[in-house]
Amino acid sequence: MNLEFEKPILELEGKIAELRNMSSGGGAVNIAEEIGRMTNKADKLLQQTYSKLTPAQKVQVARHPERPHFLDYVKEIITDFTPLAGDRNFSEDYALLGGLGRFKGRSVVVMGHEKGFDTETRLKHNFGMTRPEGYRKAQRLMNMASQFQIPVITLVDTAGAYPGKGAEERGQSEAIAKSIETCLRTDVPIVSVIIGEGGSGGAIAIAVADRVYMLEHSIYSVISPEGCASILWRSAAHAEEAATALKITAQDLYQLKLVDGIIGEPIGGAHRHKKETITNVSNQIEKALNDLTPWDPSTLLQSRRKKFLAYSRNF
Amino acid sequence: MNWLTNFIRPKIRSLVEPKEVPDNLWQKCPKCDGMLFSRDLAENLNVCNHCNHHLRLTVKERLPIMFDGGKYTRLELPDVASDPLKFKDRKKYADRIREARNETGLKDALTVAKGTIGGQNAIVAAFNFSYMGGSMGSGVGEGIIMAAEEAVRTKSALIIIPASGGARMQEGMLSLIQMPRTIIAVEMVKEARLPYIVILVDPTTGGVSASFAMVGDIHIAEPGATIGFAGRRVIEETVREKLPDDFQTAEYLREKGMVDLVVARKDQHETLARILNILMNKNAGSGNGKKSGGGNPRANGRANSMVSAPAAKGAKAASAQRQVRAARATLKKLGLPAGKKKATKRRA
Repeated sequence: MNLEFEKPILELEGKIAELRNMSSGGGAVNIAEEIGRMTNKADKLLQQTYSKLTPAQKVQVARHPERPHFLDYVKEIITDFTPLAGDRNFSEDYALLGGLGRFKGRSVVVMGHEKGFDTETRLKHNFGMTRPEGYRKAQRLMNMASQFQIPVITLVDTAGAYPGKGAEERGQSEAIAKSIETCLRTDVPIVSVIIGEGGSGGAIAIAVADRVYMLEHSIYSVISPEGCASILWRSAAHAEEAATALKITAQDLYQLKLVDGIIGEPIGGAHRHKKETITNVSNQIEKALNDLTPWDPSTLLQSRRKKFLAYSRNF
Repeated sequence: MNWLTNFIRPKIRSLVEPKEVPDNLWQKCPKCDGMLFSRDLAENLNVCNHCNHHLRLTVKERLPIMFDGGKYTRLELPDVASDPLKFKDRKKYADRIREARNETGLKDALTVAKGTIGGQNAIVAAFNFSYMGGSMGSGVGEGIIMAAEEAVRTKSALIIIPASGGARMQEGMLSLIQMPRTIIAVEMVKEARLPYIVILVDPTTGGVSASFAMVGDIHIAEPGATIGFAGRRVIEETVREKLPDDFQTAEYLREKGMVDLVVARKDQHETLARILNILMNKNAGSGNGKKSGGGNPRANGRANSMVSAPAAKGAKAASAQRQVRAARATLKKLGLPAGKKKATKRRA
């Protein structure tokens, strides 16, 4: 998928590829110099563009389908991954996955939203929009983490909880509320990373953690900019203004002291550099877990509470 | 022009023109369109006497219904930074706050009060929907935390009455973060083994329903109240099907297992008093069943709180009789012979 504001960069890259083709065809002209010059230009343009993305552009990057997803992270950083399914009440929910595994040697419970990779898997994972069962599975896994005293890692990437008929009937509100409550009662370290979209209640349901980090071009918001614009501006066309006003970027939220840190993305964004991005996230999680270990369960719960209670009092 | 139209003209008008008939003398029931005489409506706690529709109440109207003898003390809300994001849409958030404060006379969408219910200490935190849709930002969050701390300090039950569209968008992530913050608040009450009861009134949706409002020890809902996570229109657009009429109503939620009791406004005080007594006064002798509160003058003259079983039966019979009388009167008004319905029923 191509983003609108990346067009000049992509055009340059296209031309470079063309020139490369020509030169490999053994043409008489020596165009290596030209290729070098244009590659430099493209790199510079990429760097320039990505160093000053507007909030609305960040929304696009955060939603980029080629950004690394939950399953990409699990594959790279979790060994012995053992997925666990179901809420033991109604069904399995593929929009929120989780299980047991090892992170750099230590036992962990890991969970996160999965949006899917192509049409088929996107449908299977319901585009990462969780139903009550998903949040009830999350509660089950967090309780298991408490039971065995192993840390929890959560990766957040959702547009929001699923607004469906069945979801309402089965208590979407209650499921999210209880999931937040369970986060607050889970007496082992919880580390959360917003890896793409942090969409409202559906995101915070698994992000009430001892450490909350955001990837450089991720977003975290109470409502989508489009939703906000259609309510407050009476037209979704004002989504760009809403994206700015809502202060949803990692940089804004770090400044507001609502997240603990920003994890850098290589120039050009996570969708261009999956592996490096995942490594950066992994390093930050390791640092946080080292920081939080060993823990005293009740002290940990108290300091998590204190941290959240302090939020509205920081101004 | 502005000065002329906005200031001078109304001044002159008020001097010259006869006093307008207050337009609130009569009003239409939004549900059944029946005409309601304001005084009757107020006496009936803002419940339509034709169709039993529970119209919205302001906090000022609601608080006296909750407490014994209609008596309570209001607690000042804590101060918070009112506009940390300097938010502006078509209008500045700071201006919206100012307007809401002027219109309602309230500091924020929440009012906290303390008193007794059924003789038990109680803190009530009630939302005012007319203050920016009862939306929850830092001010409301801090208010709920204060209410919970006060409940723990004074060994009181905590009763929250949400009437809210959800999070206050104008505070961005600071509003979302109130979800865990308010849950921390009610956790404190639960840890102190004090009752935390939610009375869900119209409407309770979004980030409010998905946080403290759904983790009560007991969930009571007002008849017909809309309670849900996502808005009806959003769901219809997502699933592309027509939703049942009673979707997301109090009664629907009770059927789906999310609400314990649907209780009419006039019975809420009595129900709360009974529950709080069972939970907080655990070793009452058998004689304790009778009187637990100071009586509620606004509760429609109905026997208040704990009445012994035979008396309750009597009260029930009396109220049934009243209902029959009222039904007859209605039929008469409609020009139908009273009692005919009954006769048809018998034949059937």
